[in-house]
Amino acid sequence: MPAYYLEALTVTLGIILLLAEAFVPTKNKCWVGIAAAIGLGLILSLTALAIGPEAKPAAAWAKWPLWNFYKFDALARFYKIFALVTTIFIVLMSVDYRKILARFTEQPDSENGTGEFYALPVFACTGMMFLASAKDLAGAFVALELVTITFYILVAYMRRNVGSLEAGVKYLILGALSTGFLVYGIAWVYGSTGTMNLSNLQSSISNLQSPIPLLFGIALVMVGLGFKIGAVPMQIWIPDVYQGAPTPTTAFLSVGSKAAGFILMIRFLEPFLSSELTRGPVMKLLIILSIATLLFGNLAAIPQTNFKRLLAYSSIAHAGFLLLALAAGVSPSADNLGSTQVVSFYLATYLIMTLGVFFILSQVRIQRDGENITDFNGLGKTNPILALSLTVLLAALAGVPLTAGFIGKFLVFSLAVKSNLWAGVGVAFIAAAAGFYYYFKVIRAMWWSSPGESVPVTLPGISKTCVTILTVATLVFGIWPQPILALLK
Amino acid sequence: MLALLVLIPIAAFIAILLGAPARLTAVGASATNLALGLCAVFTWKCPSWSFSVPVMEKPAMNLAFGFPPDGMSVIMVALTVIVTMAAVLSGKAPEGREKLYFGSSLLISGGALGAFAATDLFFFYAFHELALIPTFLMIGILGRGNRKEAAWKITIYLGLGSIILLAGLVWLANLTGTFDIATMIACKGSVDPAAQKGIAALLLVGFGTLVSLFPFHSWAAPAYASAPAPVAMLHAGVLKKFGLYGLLRIAIPLVPDGLNVWLNLLLVLLLGNILWIGFVTINQKRLDSMLGYSSVMHMGYIFLAIAALIAFPGNTLAMPAAVLLMFAHGISIALLFGLADVIERHTGSLDLADLGGLAKAAPKLAFIFGIAAMASIGLPGLANFAGEVLVFLSAFKSYNGTAGLGPVQIAGICSVWGVVISAVYMLRAYRNIFHGPSVKATESAMDISLADRIPAVLLIVALFAVGLYPNILLNLLKQVL
Repeated sequence: MPAYYLEALTVTLGIILLLAEAFVPTKNKCWVGIAAAIGLGLILSLTALAIGPEAKPAAAWAKWPLWNFYKFDALARFYKIFALVTTIFIVLMSVDYRKILARFTEQPDSENGTGEFYALPVFACTGMMFLASAKDLAGAFVALELVTITFYILVAYMRRNVGSLEAGVKYLILGALSTGFLVYGIAWVYGSTGTMNLSNLQSSISNLQSPIPLLFGIALVMVGLGFKIGAVPMQIWIPDVYQGAPTPTTAFLSVGSKAAGFILMIRFLEPFLSSELTRGPVMKLLIILSIATLLFGNLAAIPQTNFKRLLAYSSIAHAGFLLLALAAGVSPSADNLGSTQVVSFYLATYLIMTLGVFFILSQVRIQRDGENITDFNGLGKTNPILALSLTVLLAALAGVPLTAGFIGKFLVFSLAVKSNLWAGVGVAFIAAAAGFYYYFKVIRAMWWSSPGESVPVTLPGISKTCVTILTVATLVFGIWPQPILALLK
Repeated sequence: MLALLVLIPIAAFIAILLGAPARLTAVGASATNLALGLCAVFTWKCPSWSFSVPVMEKPAMNLAFGFPPDGMSVIMVALTVIVTMAAVLSGKAPEGREKLYFGSSLLISGGALGAFAATDLFFFYAFHELALIPTFLMIGILGRGNRKEAAWKITIYLGLGSIILLAGLVWLANLTGTFDIATMIACKGSVDPAAQKGIAALLLVGFGTLVSLFPFHSWAAPAYASAPAPVAMLHAGVLKKFGLYGLLRIAIPLVPDGLNVWLNLLLVLLLGNILWIGFVTINQKRLDSMLGYSSVMHMGYIFLAIAALIAFPGNTLAMPAAVLLMFAHGISIALLFGLADVIERHTGSLDLADLGGLAKAAPKLAFIFGIAAMASIGLPGLANFAGEVLVFLSAFKSYNGTAGLGPVQIAGICSVWGVVISAVYMLRAYRNIFHGPSVKATESAMDISLADRIPAVLLIVALFAVGLYPNILLNLLKQVL
């Protein structure tokens, strides 16, 4: 099966869902979400069959010009799986979140306005899947816009909620600005090299007389991508948008959108990192970005009292670690993992931990009507098992050993040490120490504070299953990371 | 086979979580482990004990979970299983929190066993962290007095200490290119002198914080004072030794020259532990914080043995001395914390001013506490004596009597005064609690019950066994030398 079938199927699924949504009774729109999850699950199983033109050069489809825009390798497969898994969890989270969603959409007492909320992530997923295969900057840009525009709607979805609207406007304005930077940067890259195709870029760079215009273009593109991944100083939008957006959207932003930004960054920087002319300045840019992001994300997270906002800063902080791995610029060899693989592995562990936390957060938000750290007070008394899960997940985010988060951080550190990025290593250690502090603040609230009059939280079936799967995965991959690494070979 | 030692407590923890009867499961698991652990002490050379499971074969690093144990790890394993058994038997779980109480104790024990048995740097570190988290949570949830502050303090101190330690370990692993401790030691030549100095500093501060080396000690006394009995016993008795074990196992073989650079500083700091903290201990008004400080103080002796080993790498006495004292101190401090908990349950107070004359109402408790106090002071016949004597001897090991005294010898002479300090505070506490006229709290206090006597006797037997015949342990260490 040619790999692009996957995107075609996903977008078809999205359209079918949108059309069918009109006929689902308004009382219970959650079936749209469940159908979306099942459909995405089927597509996920098809990723095992997908092949690129190299695997079957004789076939008619292998000669299509599409392959000038689209490539399929292990990395592309990995990020397609990543996008699908994320979206499945997000759609399931939305199903359990629909009460709040209904309250702030068209008619507060019916689910009339919630149906599209399950279909839109599927479109964003298509965009992310295409990004994973992007080979040409024009195609990549279109795919990225598909993701971003879908997110404009998802962020502002709760239209009767001021916070959500505010987040929507902020995201729209800053997103549009970053798109401008991105396009302008692509134009400069095209203008100085004469090609937008990433696989041809490397040969064009070697003919350049001066790298300055190209570097200017790269810097502009990095501003645009930095916005997607939340790198300082393009992180300004993150706390407000994360806090205001519906929780499933926040989770999607912090996992899906970030991964999309990173895969595009990996693809985009690949030719520039392998060319002597541009390697030095690009590495310098990356290390500066990563140090700034690590410092800001972790230090600004310390005083937060709103858990969702804390997760926003934590998302910035993790972007810093990911950038540090990229900045190490290690290419894979038989004995070592390369930067790309470490970034991908880190993102996979980040997916597991972050989605688990958001599942719990969204239920606490619904049942205790608040997202502050104090709303988690005494969770250890009222819901010991749930609190234990959240403890494991937060410990993993902090990077405690025997959890998946530790292996990710560990690999980043060893890459940075290997490349002698001592400044980065030092800052990352401070960052990790700060991380311990602010994640343990939540653990402390859960276990050491008394619940007061808070009610026990009861997880609905879907959330319960997902939280269990994600918590167990956090522990299993913390001891046995081989399955994820095997996907990256 | 030895993997069972680690798996049993963790499996029991999960079973308790899923609803198995907490106390029964915990006691059963600990008893099985005690049997297995003691069995390991006598048969560890048999090849069926060792095993290795590769976990992460991907080029990046050859992580493997396994242990071909050696004598030092076996001694630490034995210490862990003995103290665990005593810990789950003593102490009383608060109503309704049995799951948490026994589950956490098992998790701490499993983590400690994993750390002591691991042959791989990754699991060595990871299991210790695994044990720390329930320690923090238990102090915060079930602690006494100012529990939140104490728990937050120990969390921050040990969290930071672990991160600094991690920095040193990652640095080492990157230079040697492996995580297998034995392979690391084999290729220690790749650690150049400049790196040695840096790594040694990181390891000293990192491990030092975990062992409450002066001046990174201030988490210890408040944490032990407010910790529930099993946690205090397990942490002070077992888990804290991880730092010393790490210094002996990793720092000294891998970065001896680096440590030598910091030797004089280390000597000053360990005197800080013995003398300064010793005086602080004398000044304590409550039994629990006095015991907490005393455990900080006694770490100084073990550091002295380590310093002697750093100063004279050929010192064959220092390593056994350190390990012996680690074992002895672990048992004796666990016994003392267990008894302090009994005293508090029976009289309702640990304030020395509120107590007195308890010996009349509770003669058996007085007798047992007396043995524990004597052990802690270092009376001959008890394990601590053997350890401390060896430590002092090791400080003079390569001193030939003609040259002037070296810094290690001077430190050794100063530390002998620590024994006097120990005697002062221990005997004073004993007199205050058990002698003198009875007060209201102690008049009608019950004597120690049979259930509480069992763990105490278990620990006392271990103290006497090692004290009268230290070769039980010393023979195990011959291989390591």
